[in-house]
Amino acid sequence: MAWIVKNLWLIPALPILAAGFTAIAKQSARKFAATLAIGSMVLSLLLSLCAFAHALQFSGHGEETRQVFNFNWFQFGDQWLQLGWVLGPLTAVMLVMVSFVGLMIFIYSVGYMAHDENFTRFFCFLSLFAGAMLGVVIANSLLLLFISWELVGLTSYLLIGFWYHKPSASAAAKKAFITTRIGDVLFLLGMVWLYAQSGTLLFYDHGAGCLEQSALAKMVAQTTGIGMAVSTAIGLLIFAGAVGKSGQVPLHVWLPDAMEGPTPVSALIHAATMVAAGVFLVARVYPLMATHLAGAAVETTALQVITWIGAITAFFAASIAVAQNDIKRILAYSTVSQLGYMMMGLGVGGVAVGMFHLITHAFFKSLLFMGAGSVIHGCHEEQDIRHMGGLRKFMPVTFVTYAAGMLALCGFPLFFSGFWSKDEILHSAHNWPVSPWPFYLGVAGALLTAFYMMRQVCYVFFGKERLPASQSSHSHSDSHSAAAHANHSSTPHESPTVMTIPLAVLAAFAILLGFIGTPAWPWFQRFLGGKVEAGFNAGMVSLMISSSIVVFLGLGLAWWFYGRQPIEKAEAPDALEKLRPDLFGLLQNKYFIDEIYEATIIRFNAWWATVCDFLDTWVWNGAVQAISYFVLGLSWLNRLIDEYVVNLGFDEGCHGVRGGGKFMSRLQDGRVQNYLRVLGIALVVLVLILVWGWHAA
Amino acid sequence: MTPLSGYLLLSAFLFAIGLAGALTRRNGIIVLIGIELMLNAANLNFIAFWRFSEHPETLTGIMFVIFSIGVAAAEAAVGLALIIAIYRHYKTTDVDEMDSLKG
Repeated sequence: MAWIVKNLWLIPALPILAAGFTAIAKQSARKFAATLAIGSMVLSLLLSLCAFAHALQFSGHGEETRQVFNFNWFQFGDQWLQLGWVLGPLTAVMLVMVSFVGLMIFIYSVGYMAHDENFTRFFCFLSLFAGAMLGVVIANSLLLLFISWELVGLTSYLLIGFWYHKPSASAAAKKAFITTRIGDVLFLLGMVWLYAQSGTLLFYDHGAGCLEQSALAKMVAQTTGIGMAVSTAIGLLIFAGAVGKSGQVPLHVWLPDAMEGPTPVSALIHAATMVAAGVFLVARVYPLMATHLAGAAVETTALQVITWIGAITAFFAASIAVAQNDIKRILAYSTVSQLGYMMMGLGVGGVAVGMFHLITHAFFKSLLFMGAGSVIHGCHEEQDIRHMGGLRKFMPVTFVTYAAGMLALCGFPLFFSGFWSKDEILHSAHNWPVSPWPFYLGVAGALLTAFYMMRQVCYVFFGKERLPASQSSHSHSDSHSAAAHANHSSTPHESPTVMTIPLAVLAAFAILLGFIGTPAWPWFQRFLGGKVEAGFNAGMVSLMISSSIVVFLGLGLAWWFYGRQPIEKAEAPDALEKLRPDLFGLLQNKYFIDEIYEATIIRFNAWWATVCDFLDTWVWNGAVQAISYFVLGLSWLNRLIDEYVVNLGFDEGCHGVRGGGKFMSRLQDGRVQNYLRVLGIALVVLVLILVWGWHAA
Repeated sequence: MTPLSGYLLLSAFLFAIGLAGALTRRNGIIVLIGIELMLNAANLNFIAFWRFSEHPETLTGIMFVIFSIGVAAAEAAVGLALIIAIYRHYKTTDVDEMDSLKG
């Protein structure tokens, strides 16, 4: 199966090709677009499974754990720029996850987007996204990774703004693009610096890559101006790109707004794959972050920064999620929070810990988003959880699968994947030597996670049905939704089979996936990270028990607040709001982060733009104008000189010559005797002068 | 013997008559005659100055005058030919009419 390493490029190429074909297909070619997209994803999944099997084969032998295929791209100067792909455990699990979740979401989209007139365009973008994301995963060159990374950002922009006629959607698309760009600029800087330092952007190149021993040793030994190792500084710059893409504090603001896109997009891009690309990036360049000088502090600065940002994000976003009312926004903040956990896991526990949560999260969070999409679909485009309620009876499949995803997210003990992955992060954080606070933040975040998910489920699936009577009030004003609603009754309804089957499949994975990484059988950790001791120890068990208690506490509290008495009316104030209106308001307004950015960075930006505009209008334009006026004056003067001095002088000269000529010609009257007279007079004068002169002498 | 000034006076008198004729008469032939008079006045001067010079035996004055008379003859021939040509062209010998070189 060695052919797969060389042909790894086929995996991203197939969906991109499908996107290309779909792009030139007619808008009405719905079946063609969907078949092509799903077909290419199935092929990619099969190839990914081959790659996974191959990776299993060779990584089991304890030899080199990854195989690479590099080739020259182009030459500049005397250097060749190289691209390539790598097949290792990290690539293999990500490939399978992305293509599998992607396939599920593609299938689900056929049902969800069935009424949209831009169905073909949607599948074109979705395929392009899947291809770009798979490109990120296989890249063995930071440059190839960056290219795919930017393609992913582009498709994210296109898909968030898919319903571009909604002003909020196009604003959200721009916000997402610009916010991630801030991180990407730093990422690019880090990449350039890395190239300057190591002379290659290949990760692994048989000892010559930038993540291998010789290059790392060189970069660790050097220090920057502020006393930081060069590798750490580069690592932090690259991490800034991950902060932007993965919605970490302080660049998290775009992710909740990105929920303006269609729900399958939220599930695929803003929950399972793209936002996880940041975490994946950190995992990919982990050696750069983690290598330190022999005998130095245990944790590098880069890992400490990652841990802190992850921990703060995990708690911060979870607290905001508590007070949101939009079903997708709750999930969005939950995603931000979980991404924080992943970052923290990478920081405190290494690649395997963060990646395990990434994989399990991808499954249960895309499940939750698709469940939310199903709920939204069933409630006729209603997204406000206060107007739902009692859906358990109307949408049983969605309820069961959603509950599975919700329990996985909360980390319900033993039977759900989220429990195992999150517990491992908490366990690593507990043992972190630098500070206990990330652990406390993580535990508090876990409590809040259980709380807000239970709150959401109580609002959506329990209580009394509270759908507003008039349906058109909250739809996206799509032409299709009106047409679609004409056929529906006003009561909620279960989604079609094409949507519920992916839900069921993902729900199964949300439960089962945990068992590949339990402490009793840490297969996943061994596959990714090498040697891990199997079996429980006392600290681990006590931690598991306490985290379970935390989860139960969160669930119970939320049940006590929201589930004890069924919520009757949509207008009724939130139970927490009655308790602490000030705190609830703060959380509901997301700590006013958007407003703070609005008041500081955006206002500064606008002010600066005004200043620049002013400078442009008055200073630069003025200078240009002044110079042009000066030149104009100069040429005017020139013209004057030309016209009045040169021309006039010439004219006068001509005139004089002509006058002289006229005068002279008057002398020459052609009469010989006149000439003779002049001669005679001249002779007399000459004689007189001679005589006078002779006398004078 | 007649002193030099007598010859010179005669020569000047001849020259003046020639000049007056050349300047005042309209007929081209009379003008030519005036010019010949002035030439001969000049020739008389040559002879007079030679005769009263320190070496009258060298015949230099005679040589000059003979050449001058030869040249004058040629000149008269050319001049008369010109006048005949002009007359044929303009049907006049009035020099005032001949102003086609006027600027």
